[in-house]
Amino acid sequence: MTPASSVLLLTTLTGFGYGLLAWLGIFCAAGALPESPWFGPVAVVIALGFAGAGLVASTLHLGRKERAWRAFSQWRSSWLSREGVAAVATNLPALGFAVSWAALGAGANLTVAFGLVAAAMALGTVFCTAMIYACLKPIRQWHNRFTAPLYLVFAAFSGAALLAALLGVWTGAAAGGTAGASALVVVFAIGAGVAKAAYWRFIDAQGPLATLASATGLGSFGTVRALDRPHFTENYVLREMGYQIARRHAARLRRIVLVLAFAAPAVLAALALAGAMPAVAAPLAALLAGIGLFAERWLFFAEATHVSAIYYGRAV
Amino acid sequence: MTSLPQSQPGARRLGLVIDLDTCVGCHACAVNCKEWNTEGHHAPLPDYDPHGADPDGVWFNRIHSYEAEGSGGCGKTVNFPRSCLHCENPLCVTVCPTGASYKRAEDGIVLVNTDICIGCKLCSWACPYGAREFDEHDGVMKKCTLCIDRIYNESLPEAEREPACVATCPSRARHFGDLADPESRVSKLVAERGGVDLMAELGYRPTNKYLPPRQTRIETRPVEMPASAPGGLGGALLALVDKVLSR
Repeated sequence: MTPASSVLLLTTLTGFGYGLLAWLGIFCAAGALPESPWFGPVAVVIALGFAGAGLVASTLHLGRKERAWRAFSQWRSSWLSREGVAAVATNLPALGFAVSWAALGAGANLTVAFGLVAAAMALGTVFCTAMIYACLKPIRQWHNRFTAPLYLVFAAFSGAALLAALLGVWTGAAAGGTAGASALVVVFAIGAGVAKAAYWRFIDAQGPLATLASATGLGSFGTVRALDRPHFTENYVLREMGYQIARRHAARLRRIVLVLAFAAPAVLAALALAGAMPAVAAPLAALLAGIGLFAERWLFFAEATHVSAIYYGRAV
Repeated sequence: MTSLPQSQPGARRLGLVIDLDTCVGCHACAVNCKEWNTEGHHAPLPDYDPHGADPDGVWFNRIHSYEAEGSGGCGKTVNFPRSCLHCENPLCVTVCPTGASYKRAEDGIVLVNTDICIGCKLCSWACPYGAREFDEHDGVMKKCTLCIDRIYNESLPEAEREPACVATCPSRARHFGDLADPESRVSKLVAERGGVDLMAELGYRPTNKYLPPRQTRIETRPVEMPASAPGGLGGALLALVDKVLSR
């Protein structure tokens, strides 16, 4: 699948935003956040800012942006529609959380309740995003049991990295919530890295979804191979879905992702946890995680093969 | 509504039956499809750089050719037209977030309402057959309509109320009809010739069927081995005469 930067931005940024929102709700319930009346609202604005930027980016690839509002209508059948509905709906408890925090304080029952509802709905939105890809049967690298859990783990990881950065800058200290968030970054970085490596092992071992024999119905005549293409130049199907990445480049990028997205943030978060300049180490960890996860998302597309390319004799 | 319609008892299931035995790979179906549809339901079907080095454009028919090679070393070349199969279980419809993509309850035709399509392209990702093509000019998705503006067109003579690709096929390799009716001409053709679903393992349950080429064997006479010549002078003479005559 050809990586489209708007969709890469969407899934990466919403992962950070909704991940942060989820952790805010949980940390607030645990009483692990600064009690300043400003912290909650500022953090919610940052979380919704990331998520909103991602959602706006996603509309950039639409052929008809002015009709984007129509995407809210088919939530009964379409995961893309459900994502839109869930994203908008999540704003309500998130704003309630921010307002309640400012008015009643971080410890108020209403604040905690809003925070937990916002957390659940944020993760629900990430799940909807993941299912857009996981439900696509023609793409074996997406339509499998890894896709949805991985999106959730990545959102938890990137949200924790953003929360640690926020707390590191806000408090300047390694104690309390900063330490908790940094510990989560270490745990989820290792977990997400291991899960991604397992995913790569899985897709490398997968067989093709179909063969030219089943795609053409000519299997009873022997081995089928593509002879002439219908057209000499590329068409929409090949441009959009026939993307091929060299195995060598993919292997190099996988190593870069493991180092940039997971290993480096884990080391930096461990430093922050140990008290080494948390106001610098934690934001740096979040930044590297962002760049690394963007590369990870690029690979998620580039390594995905669409079964329709089999008609052109391409390996799927 | 992108939820699939409830199957109605007695509803028709219109589709194509494509005979891979008689398709000659002339691309006439693709051309006539383009010709009709660039002025029809989905008009226009754009071309990008049509006279340049990299011509490209929206087509609903793509004609491939494949070679099937059996163990005997005897290859078979097959022309293979590819278009929307109007599946019973079309994921391209259910993934659509706007309701632009839909399947008609009354005849099973899968269509796009280009007036509400937002051009997210997700439907094309959901189609394993690569049947949908995006219109870069209009920013919306387009696809085969089974010539809905021909088959129900009362201003056309009744004999012409069939899809443009079927009407034009010079070798009558394309057949149009109701595949839900076991007594229809197309259903009988499928039963007689063992029509197949493409990529049946993916579970889309395509309506269109493909008739595999007939299993033919060209009988060749066994290679004539020279009869063992009788010995002696007579034999040598006969062998000489045979050699001269068969030169």
